[in-house]
Amino acid sequence: MAARISYDEVEIGTELPARSFPVTRADLVRYAGASGDFNPIHWNEKFAKEVGLPDVIAHGMFTMAEAGRVVTDWVGDPGAVAEYGVRFTRPVVVPNDDKGAVIEVTAKVAAKDDEHRTVRVDLVVKSEGQKVLGMSRAVVRLA
Amino acid sequence: MALDQSFVGRTYPATEPYEVGREKIREFAEAIGDTNPVYTDPEAAKALGHPDVIAPPTFVFSVTYRAAGAVVNDPQLGLDYSRVVHGDQKFAYARPVRAGDRLSVVSTIESIKSLAGNDVLSVRGDVRDEHGEHVVTAHTTLVARAAEEA
Repeated sequence: MAARISYDEVEIGTELPARSFPVTRADLVRYAGASGDFNPIHWNEKFAKEVGLPDVIAHGMFTMAEAGRVVTDWVGDPGAVAEYGVRFTRPVVVPNDDKGAVIEVTAKVAAKDDEHRTVRVDLVVKSEGQKVLGMSRAVVRLA
Repeated sequence: MALDQSFVGRTYPATEPYEVGREKIREFAEAIGDTNPVYTDPEAAKALGHPDVIAPPTFVFSVTYRAAGAVVNDPQLGLDYSRVVHGDQKFAYARPVRAGDRLSVVSTIESIKSLAGNDVLSVRGDVRDEHGEHVVTAHTTLVARAAEEA
C-alpha cells in the first residue's frame, strides 16, 4: 500500500477535493455491461415507469463507485481503502438527453485512528440538490 | 408475508471461482470513468506495491452479488425479487482485488427484519482467493418492498 497522503498531515475536518460526475444514459448502458447488472430500471424508461419510478435511474453501485473516486484520487492508491460503505437513500434519475444527471460529492476527514494510522472519511453525495447516498463512509490507511 | 426467521445464519456453499482478468478490470474502470493507471497499467500498480493491476473498490460487487443470487433465489426463502431494491452496501477489504485472483464467495444470511411491511435482508459475502486467503467481505442489505394492495 502506498498512500500519497501522510497520516500526520491530516486533521479532523480536512476537506478532500470536491468533484462532480456527470452520468448519461450511455454511461448506464456501459456500466450495465461492465458490471453485469442488466436490471431494466437502469436502461428501459417504459419498464422504470411501470414499477413506479419517475424515469430510468442510475445503478446505486455506479453512484457508489463515482463517490469513491473522491477518496481514491485523494489517497492515490485505491488499495489503501480498508472499508467503504453507503446507504442508498434516493435514486439518481437520469433523463434521456445529452446532459443526463450530475452526481456531486464532497468529503472530509471525520475521525483519526492513531493505532492503525487510518482515517474515516465521511462523504456527502447529492444530485439535483438532494442527498442520494446516506451513511457514506470510507476508512483509509495513510502513509 | 414476513420471511422465516429460521433462515438467519444459513450459509450457502462457496461459489465456483471467478477469475479476475486485466481486461475485465479495464472495462469496469472505463465504465466508471476512472483513469487511475493502477487499474490498467501493471507497472503503475507495481510502483504502488501491487503484484498486478488492481480493481476499483466496488468491482467485487459483481462477484458477491452473483453469489447472493443463491440466497435471493432460494425458493425456500421465498423472497419476491421483483420487489427488491438495494438498501445498503459495505465492503471491508483485507487487500484489493487484483488481476489473476480466483475468487470464491460464501454467502451467509446475517439478519431478516420486517420494517413497515418491507422485508429487510442482510447478506454477508466472504470472498477468498484460490489460496483460501480472505480478500474482502461484502455486507449487502436488500429490501423487498411490501406489495401494494390491488
